[in-house]
Amino acid sequence: MSKKGISFIIAVCMIFTVLLAGCGGQKNETNTPGQPEPGKSSSEGEKVSIEYWQYFYETKVNLMDGLIKEFEAKNSNITVIQKHFPYDSYQQKVAAAISAGTGPDIINLYYGWVPKYVKSGTLQELPQASFSAEKIESSFAPMVKVNKFDGKYYTVPIAVRTLGLFWNKDIFKENGLDPEKPPQTLEELVEYAKKCTKVVNGNLEVEGLTFQPSGQLHAWFRPVLLEQFGQQPISEDNKTVQWNASENGYKAFEFLVNLAKVEKVGEKDFFTDDSTAFISGKAALHIDGSYRLGSLKSQAKDLNYGVTVLPSYNGVKTSFGSFWTNGITTNATAGKLDASAKFLEYLTSPEVMRTWTEKIGEIGARTEFADDPELLKDEKLAPFIKQLPIADSYFYVDEDADRKALMDAIDKVLLNNMDPRKALDEATAQVQKLFDEYWAE
Amino acid sequence: MKLSIKGRQAMWAYIFIAAPMLFFLSIRIYPTLYAFNVSLHEWDLLSKNKPFVFLKNFERLLHDEVFMAALINTGKYILFSVPIGLALSLGIALLLNTISKGASIYRMVVFIPYVTSVVAVSWVWRWMFMKQGGVVNSIIGIFGIARQPFLDSTSQAIYVVISNIIWQALGFYTIIFLAGLKQIPQTYYEASMIDGATPWQRFRNITIPMLNPTIVYLSVIATIQTLQVFSQVFNITSGGQGIAGGPLNSTISVVLYIYQLAFINYKMGYASAATVVLFAIILIISLIQMKVLDKKYDY
Repeated sequence: MSKKGISFIIAVCMIFTVLLAGCGGQKNETNTPGQPEPGKSSSEGEKVSIEYWQYFYETKVNLMDGLIKEFEAKNSNITVIQKHFPYDSYQQKVAAAISAGTGPDIINLYYGWVPKYVKSGTLQELPQASFSAEKIESSFAPMVKVNKFDGKYYTVPIAVRTLGLFWNKDIFKENGLDPEKPPQTLEELVEYAKKCTKVVNGNLEVEGLTFQPSGQLHAWFRPVLLEQFGQQPISEDNKTVQWNASENGYKAFEFLVNLAKVEKVGEKDFFTDDSTAFISGKAALHIDGSYRLGSLKSQAKDLNYGVTVLPSYNGVKTSFGSFWTNGITTNATAGKLDASAKFLEYLTSPEVMRTWTEKIGEIGARTEFADDPELLKDEKLAPFIKQLPIADSYFYVDEDADRKALMDAIDKVLLNNMDPRKALDEATAQVQKLFDEYWAE
Repeated sequence: MKLSIKGRQAMWAYIFIAAPMLFFLSIRIYPTLYAFNVSLHEWDLLSKNKPFVFLKNFERLLHDEVFMAALINTGKYILFSVPIGLALSLGIALLLNTISKGASIYRMVVFIPYVTSVVAVSWVWRWMFMKQGGVVNSIIGIFGIARQPFLDSTSQAIYVVISNIIWQALGFYTIIFLAGLKQIPQTYYEASMIDGATPWQRFRNITIPMLNPTIVYLSVIATIQTLQVFSQVFNITSGGQGIAGGPLNSTISVVLYIYQLAFINYKMGYASAATVVLFAIILIISLIQMKVLDKKYDY
């Protein structure tokens, strides 16, 4: 064999070895997340760098950048790196990073995802010193209790949202209703919605009340409608799904589907979806969260609308509360853990919460904001804030699958004419299966 | 060590082939085998343990209503889009084959759908078939037909997606058929015309047999592509925050379900089991098609 040939083979082999070594090296690097070695404790003054992850929502990302600067100025030995990802791929990125043993020290999660993350052992219990169960329960809105596991808290929110009722004053006026008097009860809600519904040649032109199961309709059903009709959606121990546990559950579901089926005040996907229909002035009444105020401000400057609390029924006043919440992952140990706790303490301080409420439109998660005269001055935001002490969350084990089960139940009734009782039974059984899987082991 | 000239040539060939082989092994074969391995484990993407459960995932698939719905829907996608698509494109190819003036322009027009972005076209479809203000509903309204729910109906939605698949693939099939038609020697037609064969006889006894390899190729490719249908279903049927594959799983395809299992529900093991089933189906269908359709004609 010629020398040339041999040297070529050697060269090829070397290239492959280098390539393979390169791959291996990268793997090793990513397995030991950087800077101060975990395990070694960092004394005061030693530099610590922690990572904060959230999904991309422009105002939130920008505000967080500012907050980090302020925090770093006060804590010169801590550096906080913010990373953000588009909402659509956020969960995937987080899951992939965590399963690879990398990822953030502090993570921003939708409250409905938290049970999954707690079960997988990704999150650690919040440090007792600053976030003991008593402290959280005495100062935060009651809805945060939804994510208490065995008496422990793994996450804490900066701000929360509640559902409110939006109404279009112009459509009210056109239909002879007092534009300043929104419906107070479910009976009035249906009555007003029917008055405002406009059908021309069998085609819906204006919705009385939006009907979008994929929007906030499912959240209105559980827990709000169920509770108002007298049925707790989930058992006290979070293990049994009780949507159909009594006649009241069926009644609540029938009330919901009948809005589209019998009263015909709204249609699924009318004008793309519920919020678009309301923004375009094609819906008289619409149930949505406080975060919608921002898009209404920017996209519907001329829309003459008001916001009020959700209509009551049987004298029960309640709302659905939801929130994005922050937890510390098991990545953070020793110095990083201390730094993460400090950062989280800062994020949940009343001052930051106030800024957050003003800039983002979500309401500071501490109960003291419920009667904050400054914030209550904003008449659009006030109804959401007022519901803070009465709003309830719903315990999800798999938010996506839970929502789909309910959406499918509504579709079965509306598209396939299934008996609502049977549809609700099927959905409940489906969700119960999710719960059983979650609590197994 | 001395190698013969032949040996040296072979050695060089192996060296050159080593690079693409390595690439192929690490990018294709290894992940495939790994998916087989994952399918035997229960693996929640978030969790660090992946307990070995052997065939439990496959057993669960058997009882999974949504997976069954996905299989049936995928069968429908193939059953409707492949034969209709091939028949239409053969017709167009035959027409295009007869014209000589402006042939390239017509060819281009027919081919354009194939090179348009699937996502963009899917959204156009979605808007066209909207219940409220969709152009299709306005057109059929002129003829006094009542407004149809289309994508909001469990019985109609799948055909809306199928029409999109056919429309998009038509150009590709047509061009391949055209190439096949050009390969048929004119002398056969001339000889048959002298013998007094009717156009139908010529089509039946010359065109079809001579096109057989093309038909086999296209039906195999079209079937495999349709088995993997995803983008069209995903983009046409997911509304707002709605979940793709609806309403009520009436349009969900196998690949879409695999995607949802893996990347929305994080059930990696279960999703891998579904991919293994899909892999087996593709393999079996391809083998059968090759055997049944690939008849040899001798002249």
